[in-house]
Amino acid sequence: MEVKRRFSLVVLIFVLFWSANPAIAQHEGEASHHEAVEHGHNEHGEAKEEKGFDASKVIFSHIADSHYWHLFDWNDHPVSLSLPVIIYHPEKGLEMFSASKFHHGHESYNGYHIESGIKEKIISEDGASIYDFSLTKNVISMFISVILLVVIMTNVGKKYKKNGSMKAPSGFQNALEPIIEFIRDEVAKPNLGNSYLRFMPLILTVFFFIWINNMLGLLPGGANFTGNIAVTGCLAVVSFVVMIFSANKHFWGHLFNPPGVPLGVKFLLVPIEIISLFIKPIALMIRLFANIMAGHIVILSVISMIFIFSGISVYVGAGFVPVSLAFSIFMFFLELLVAAIQAFIFANLTAVFIGQAIEDPHHHDETVKI
Amino acid sequence: MDLLTPEFGLFFWTLIAFLAVFFILKKYAWKPILKALNERETGIADSIAAAEKVKAEMAEMKNENEQLMAKAREERSQMLKEARLEADRIINKAKDDTKAVADKMMSDATQQIEQQKMAALTDVKNQVGNLAVEVAEKVLRKQLSSADSQSEYAHALAGEIKLN
Repeated sequence: MEVKRRFSLVVLIFVLFWSANPAIAQHEGEASHHEAVEHGHNEHGEAKEEKGFDASKVIFSHIADSHYWHLFDWNDHPVSLSLPVIIYHPEKGLEMFSASKFHHGHESYNGYHIESGIKEKIISEDGASIYDFSLTKNVISMFISVILLVVIMTNVGKKYKKNGSMKAPSGFQNALEPIIEFIRDEVAKPNLGNSYLRFMPLILTVFFFIWINNMLGLLPGGANFTGNIAVTGCLAVVSFVVMIFSANKHFWGHLFNPPGVPLGVKFLLVPIEIISLFIKPIALMIRLFANIMAGHIVILSVISMIFIFSGISVYVGAGFVPVSLAFSIFMFFLELLVAAIQAFIFANLTAVFIGQAIEDPHHHDETVKI
Repeated sequence: MDLLTPEFGLFFWTLIAFLAVFFILKKYAWKPILKALNERETGIADSIAAAEKVKAEMAEMKNENEQLMAKAREERSQMLKEARLEADRIINKAKDDTKAVADKMMSDATQQIEQQKMAALTDVKNQVGNLAVEVAEKVLRKQLSSADSQSEYAHALAGEIKLN
């Protein structure tokens, strides 16, 4: 209660201070406007946008992948790590160099240059279509999470081997065991039945891979890895391939020749079934991508409000700080929850789809919820 | 729309990394962990079953013990009863025997007393007879001298008999 009162007091002071000094606010606004106009005269429209705060540019440059790991701006110069660029050119072959050669997109190198729209793209100047295998921010972030995941999990695995099965778990083992048991008892067993042990490694890997990447993405300066459609697409492809290759005759039979259906309806039903088969991985892909990206956008938007309002006046911006912070803290907690929930949903739906594909013929009447 | 077109490079690296993680973790993490968890669960189930079995066995043994105890108790009371009867019998017999011996001794004693009494009486009778004869003799001798002295003498003699 006390904290709440103090908090509203601070807000009140900010608001009163700003409203009591309309002259200052006016003056500030004019000054920045003047500056912007001057810049506009010098360097056309480009500079005008750079000077003011462009929320969508900030947000999308975070959301999208990059060849630099941008840390912060210092005196209008970005401080960032330049990451390795690997390009396969159909004629020139494989090339590898640091992204610093591009000088943040200002220069071209070796016949390539960076084009930055919403996304950064490396374009070959001879017009050839190239393959960009660069170790981008997302890739590096993924490598970090992969190393973390492997180190943590193999250590826990070692502990199980060393201690045997009948010793009480200790340390990190304790944290992981309920999660692994939860995945086994609530995800794998109900959906996969007796053959759950065959798919447990896949489901566990999917779950922990998504979860740890979701969490690392929430760290300040972290990459929006699981909010990238290539990543979620890749994971969806993996579960789709597993589903297709583990599907039994019964599944294919139902797909291409649904029993007990008149011939005329079959012509209608089979295409729908085939489309629904492909919609499953697409749904997986879009769901994770959209959820994580939306979370990042909301947090960044809330933070950006401070700077948008301080564009009107420094005092408005300062006054908005507590509101914005409260919102973003709330959103961070929500995103922590979403990180786990989305990982769980992806793992669960993978199990459900595989479960549908390996279902035994005798209890196909049960409806499986999606 | 730009955001919805996947980059091939990122897809490629994600696939490689995911598969690597999958195979590494499958071998070094999930297999041992799942094995240990399964073993623990079966171990616990076995332990519970074993404990249950031991409990049943214990109950059975307790039952047996109780039966044995009851039997033993019954035997003991039977034995006690028999012993008491036996003791009673022995005591009665002893009493009877003693009584018989005592009776015999008594009867012997009475008989002997009777005999001795008879002997004594006979003896007394004989002595009295002798005395009577002696007195008669002396009386007869004195009768000739005087009647007075005769009776006096008789009195004296009678007094002598008393004293004997």
